[in-house]
Amino acid sequence: MGTVTRVNGPLVEVEGLTGAAMFELVALGPHRLPGEIIALRGDRATIQAYEYTGGLAPGDPARRGGSPLSARLGPHLLGGVFDGLLRPLGGAGMWLDPAAPPPARAARAGRSWPFRPLVEEGRTVARGTPIGSVDSGSSPPYLVLSPGGAVSRIREPGPCPSGDPVAVVGGVQVTLGREQPVRRALPYDVRHEEPVPLTTGQRVIDLLLPVSRGGTVAVPGGFGTGKTVLLQQIAKWCDADVVVYVGCGERGNEMADVVAELGRLTDPRTGGRLADRTVVIANTSNMPMMAREASIYTGVTVAEHFRDMGYDTVVIADSTSRWAEALRELGSRSGALPAEEGYPADLASALAAFYERAGRVTTLGGATGSVTIIGAVSPPGGDMTEPVTAHTQRFVRSLWTLDRDLAYARHYPAVSWAGSFARDAGAMTAAVPGAAQRRGRVSGLLAEADRLTALAELLGAGTLPAHERIVLLAGRLIREGFLQQSALSPRDSFCRPERTTLIADALLAVVDRCQTLVENQVPVAWIEQQDFSPILRAKEAPEEEIAARRDTVLDALERSR
Amino acid sequence: MTVWAPVEYTDVAELRGPLVMVRGTRGVGWDEYASIELETGERRHGLVLEADHDLAVVQVFEGTAGIRAEGTRVTFAGRPMRIPVGPGWLGRVCDGGGRPLDGGPPVAGAADAAVNGFPLNPTLREPPSEPVLTGISAIDLLTTLVRGQKIAVFSAAGLPHLKLAAQIAAQAGAGGEPFTVVFAAIGLTHADAATVRDRLEERSAAGELTLLLNLADDPVIERILTPRLALTIAEHLAFTVGRHVLAVLADMTSYCEALREVSAARGEIPARRAYPGYLYSDLASLYERCGRVRGRPGSLTVLPVLSMPAGDITHPVPDLTGYITEGQILLTRNVSAYPHIDPLSSLSRMMRAGAGPGRTRPEHVDLAAQIIAALSRARQARELAELVGESALSAVDRRHLALAEAFEHRLLAQRGDELRSLGETFDRAWDVVSMLPRRELTMLSSEALDAGYREER
Repeated sequence: MGTVTRVNGPLVEVEGLTGAAMFELVALGPHRLPGEIIALRGDRATIQAYEYTGGLAPGDPARRGGSPLSARLGPHLLGGVFDGLLRPLGGAGMWLDPAAPPPARAARAGRSWPFRPLVEEGRTVARGTPIGSVDSGSSPPYLVLSPGGAVSRIREPGPCPSGDPVAVVGGVQVTLGREQPVRRALPYDVRHEEPVPLTTGQRVIDLLLPVSRGGTVAVPGGFGTGKTVLLQQIAKWCDADVVVYVGCGERGNEMADVVAELGRLTDPRTGGRLADRTVVIANTSNMPMMAREASIYTGVTVAEHFRDMGYDTVVIADSTSRWAEALRELGSRSGALPAEEGYPADLASALAAFYERAGRVTTLGGATGSVTIIGAVSPPGGDMTEPVTAHTQRFVRSLWTLDRDLAYARHYPAVSWAGSFARDAGAMTAAVPGAAQRRGRVSGLLAEADRLTALAELLGAGTLPAHERIVLLAGRLIREGFLQQSALSPRDSFCRPERTTLIADALLAVVDRCQTLVENQVPVAWIEQQDFSPILRAKEAPEEEIAARRDTVLDALERSR
Repeated sequence: MTVWAPVEYTDVAELRGPLVMVRGTRGVGWDEYASIELETGERRHGLVLEADHDLAVVQVFEGTAGIRAEGTRVTFAGRPMRIPVGPGWLGRVCDGGGRPLDGGPPVAGAADAAVNGFPLNPTLREPPSEPVLTGISAIDLLTTLVRGQKIAVFSAAGLPHLKLAAQIAAQAGAGGEPFTVVFAAIGLTHADAATVRDRLEERSAAGELTLLLNLADDPVIERILTPRLALTIAEHLAFTVGRHVLAVLADMTSYCEALREVSAARGEIPARRAYPGYLYSDLASLYERCGRVRGRPGSLTVLPVLSMPAGDITHPVPDLTGYITEGQILLTRNVSAYPHIDPLSSLSRMMRAGAGPGRTRPEHVDLAAQIIAALSRARQARELAELVGESALSAVDRRHLALAEAFEHRLLAQRGDELRSLGETFDRAWDVVSMLPRRELTMLSSEALDAGYREER
């Protein structure tokens, strides 16, 4: 038991906490606000508080919690909405008042779950192997993993409360839910290096800037560039088993929107609600700042937990810049010496360590699972050289830069093809026949069109030779007919890979025909005047119509001969 | 319940900028409300910014001018600051600290509420879905305001953002349902404040307005309080009384400067342009108070208005605001006609939720997207024309230039006292898009074109 001596917003200093450890939890004041020790000097501890500290005064008591910051994992996670410390928000009051934490905040964890044993008593099961399963609705089965050893008791099939023991393995009691420290990565056996693509359903990404299962992506973009919409699209449509959506210091209305959408939409793969495979961590920008710092780690811990069951998981963190700002805020209040732009000196290493928790692995139980991390970055003033953006780029495998000019022209998703990279694209496309060539042609045409656009702006498009004017036309067709994808159109919102390929090939066929025609002296101005709308709107058409639309355009072009 | 006489502290250890450091305090909590009584009997108010052992750092809203280290008595309320809330605020004009300027009695309320508010549980937020119509074509058509949204007006010195804010405040409505405006003037000049007051006279007389005026010569630190008062009043009217409320906060740049002043006085490590590192979180704690609540009738729409210093949109105040708000309405000198809205740089992220079938017009979203796309192409064509001459442009590009011209004169330009119905706005919008050949209008469905497109004009 210690005593609070100083309160400065979320920074609290406490004296008399003998024997406390770094990162140990502390309950502050009469309302037992949770906080975490971030510095120790003698028996004086510096604590970051996870709740609003209004009213907390020097002289108030502070109690040691005895354990590091932990999150409660269990079958209640899928389909739920939680705060940064993974406390359920469903059932909490309208206003989140830290002085009145309703008991309902923990209620969901006390629910009963349909348990089914997967092993018999007396068997010896290795660590990480499933010993039981909870199958509820359309969620992926929640697997209870063995701590390793002989199964001396296992529960009968039937309803089981989260906290009840389901088995005794190697003398250890196993329950459905458990507390897991969040700042340390969960162990695994081996890491896989060969990339396996994760389909996102977004054409620009799947064709030009693919991401692998277990990969890492940063999405930098100034405000208004459609970062959140793109991330929400991926949360909805990527072919992962479990998605952890961390709204870290972002807008409340957007969180409400994503939760409502996920509850409404059907998962094309399972037929259930998309919400059933999603864990939402909602830490909006007006919620306590330090819980924002923790929410990134709780999110990854949840993903690792499902990875260990053999699932492919995706963590979407929107936005890592707000997390870095929380680090800066605390550093500033505790008087730490600042590095670049006031951020603490360990910003780069903290970012690297966070992204390093991604990966595709063989779990301790021998299954294959992955954690993919997609982190938004919000560069102040759109300045891509600011510390968070600059450092993040060093540690990720893919970068999807969102471009303000594209967004202002309402070109969504506003992913810049020139300013982005995907380091695993070569290895991933090599496995599929024709894929590398298709990607090469599309990105080649886009780059060439960009170069010629710059030239045309100086000289006028009319001065360019015919074949270059066709490249300009090709750039427009690819941008409008392929890269632009409407998040709101029911048919275009999600584009399966086969469809992406069809549309790309149809556009390339049209471009090829145009080139052939100008080589045969057909006036380029005549071609530019043609109606390309059937192919431009192919993305809105049923899949079987795409070939016919291509032929309509090709036939019209042919009439010029 | 025992009522304790408040303890008075008289040991003022230091006075610096807007801060008073009080020594010898016991049990004074962070963010507690403080009352400071001067020798003259004058009473001022403040908040505890830091509690360190027996030292409390208090920020004084009315400033520290005239406060002496001796003879000053400070008492603490034992809790964060609260104000009375309720319909009693309607029709009132008060200063930035909530004291009446209209000659009426102090505002009383049946209930009181903490000025900082509490975060709204995100799971109980209802996604916004209905429009707030302003009667201003450029806004209603292209950046539709949605009930429960927060959207900023970005402007530069010399542009009439206050005129626009006042026009929005005067004309905005929620389709016939009761509508209320809470207008917080932060650091406005007397002339500007008088204009706002005059423009909103009618609304005030109808009991649909609360006006809080912190003027340019009023205490600077009070500006930190003014938007919080406005939002606390508005939140109560929206979520407890159940009205549709629009809160206008103008000018937020003055607010941020007050915040920076306090931060500098405390010797905090500055972030960009010497603004404090917590500026984002602080602004979010204001703007995020907008919204709708599941199962309750009202809504709170927040409209921060700010002037970008030197017209720089990457300045921390507009930049961080833009990251929090759901869109922005950008005023620019490049558009010569009032309201000077730059359609290409303005955006309402929630627009799709509040516009379209059953809300405004079925073709609304596509029509707006088509106009934006055409204006974007017109801008490219104009840049090209400046280099190579208009005669070198293709016929289609010239039609786009004509469309941009028509857009500015026919649709965007509007008088400051002109309320345009949605029907009139759409009428003008179809006139504008019909400047293009029908086959160029790829974003509009053929049904919409059949109904709205005007051949051969």
